[in-house]
Amino acid sequence: MASVSVAELGGPEARRQSVWRYWRGGLRGSEFVWAAAFLVPYICVFLAFVVYPVGYGLWMGSSLHLYPELFADPIYQQTLVNTLIFLALGVNLKLFFALMLSGFFMRKGWWVKGLLMLYVLPWAVPALPSFISIHWMLNGEWGLINNAIYHIFGVDGPSWLNQRWSALGSAIYSHLWKWLPFWTVILLAGRMSISQEVYDAAEVDGATGFKRFLYITFPLLANLYLVLTLLATVFLLGDFNSIFFVTGGGPANSTHLLATLGIRNAFDMGNPPLGVAAVMSALPLLIPLVIILMRRLKAAEVHV
Amino acid sequence: MTTLTADTTSRSAPATRPMEGMRRVARRRRYLMNAGAAVISVILVVWTLIPLYNMLMVSLKPDNDIFSDHLWPPSPSVRSFWVVLTQDHWYLEHFWHQLRNSIFIAGMVTLFVLAIGTLTTFSVGRMRIKNGWLITNAALLTYLIPASFLAIPFYLIMQHYGLHNNPWSVIAAEVTFATPYAIFIFMEYGRSIPLELDESARIDGASPFQIYYKIYLPLMAPALVAVGTYAMLVAWNQYLYQFLLLSNKESMTVPVALAQFINSDIAPWNYMMATAIIYALPPIAIYYAFRRRMSSGLTMGGVKG
Repeated sequence: MASVSVAELGGPEARRQSVWRYWRGGLRGSEFVWAAAFLVPYICVFLAFVVYPVGYGLWMGSSLHLYPELFADPIYQQTLVNTLIFLALGVNLKLFFALMLSGFFMRKGWWVKGLLMLYVLPWAVPALPSFISIHWMLNGEWGLINNAIYHIFGVDGPSWLNQRWSALGSAIYSHLWKWLPFWTVILLAGRMSISQEVYDAAEVDGATGFKRFLYITFPLLANLYLVLTLLATVFLLGDFNSIFFVTGGGPANSTHLLATLGIRNAFDMGNPPLGVAAVMSALPLLIPLVIILMRRLKAAEVHV
Repeated sequence: MTTLTADTTSRSAPATRPMEGMRRVARRRRYLMNAGAAVISVILVVWTLIPLYNMLMVSLKPDNDIFSDHLWPPSPSVRSFWVVLTQDHWYLEHFWHQLRNSIFIAGMVTLFVLAIGTLTTFSVGRMRIKNGWLITNAALLTYLIPASFLAIPFYLIMQHYGLHNNPWSVIAAEVTFATPYAIFIFMEYGRSIPLELDESARIDGASPFQIYYKIYLPLMAPALVAVGTYAMLVAWNQYLYQFLLLSNKESMTVPVALAQFINSDIAPWNYMMATAIIYALPPIAIYYAFRRRMSSGLTMGGVKG
């Protein structure tokens, strides 16, 4: 900042000098050129494939006449309800079970390790094969689930994907099945980073079992849990696969999320601006989340 | 767990009578805990395996058994897999070509993510270029934008560029969304490498590119493996952008072809599931082979929060 006052005193030559120095910081001339050249590829990617599409999208979604049309659409209204339900159930169930199961996987023994290897399988399998398998498995007439219900109870099961709520539930189930291992592993790492000494000290003071979880583990994990909740919300908001493959938005477009509705409006209906408008209506939720997360993640970076 | 309870009981050694009772309570509690753990384990195994079992079961069904109520085909056969590998069905005419496209895209994405990620973090983290935090923040921001939200403008832009049905459009998209994670992990990992190494090489007259190539990259090898695996899996598994951008016979990849007939009633489900398993095997193998290194990278990213 001192260079600014020098620049004000000196002529244009001195100013150019100090601006140059300001930008190159502690690096020598040729090194600065190298360092800047190394940044060129990512800056190009960022400008061409992030800034340009974001700007283009904002421009497309900026004409205000789109929104009355969008909000009047009953499919959009249903989609909004679906998205909120999907967020509330998906994020909270996922993280709650991940927190509990991470405690389970802290147990010692070879078979717990083996079980963990098996348990992370859904995360290792690509989304598409699993989700089309779930789609077929839930088929009302020929699916595995209803066949099993028929064999065991002798009755015909419901046609899961032909009613709005059971279809939405199926999509949430698929999402949980696919992503629970990922969040469990992260929370498991969080639990492992709590030192044994803390637990030993708590043990002496009589905190065991549930008390230990309530007064030691959870307070120490609370910050991580909060950040993961926000992160999971952002990721889930952009989830496309678990709706697209499992319910396909059906029956009668009643189980869309904003992300899949955007694609449907843009490509099936041939109205890209309306698709962008559907996606952009998530911004009032997305932008605060991103701002909070940026601060949290950055603060964490500075501390280390 | 068990050693800890043993510890506390031995500490209250003098009173023998209550100790007996405590031991019995502790033993009963341990039995209950173990029984509970066994129940949870069974639930987890069933929960995890059902969709995968379904995948395998359907793929082993012969053609005339797809629409039946068997829980396991009476005469399982691996013929579907053979049909896929020999492209012996109209639905699978271009299977090998599609597989080649998928491999090409995954390879290129991995290469570009590693190259762009290391160059960026070398400049920001090692050479400490001024205002480098702007770049890492921009990357973090990109990480938080859902990829599916950008799909529509991205598609239109690729049409403008004339890159529709060109694998490079998908490579560009996947590099864009995988590089931020690479930058994040490389920055974190790079902190463990002492800056003095670069310093001494510089005094010996090494140019920045030599330091990057001969010191930085070899020392970053574990992080390169972790991020490379991640990028490869992202590129292989990604669906939406491949679906939107690659629609003709020439450019189509395996996942796009696989999902084509999901909503049709006459879909050859046994062939689809066989294709799905073949498509899923490479990422599973890579995942388990590199699991330890990947999850250490992941937890670096995850626990940072």
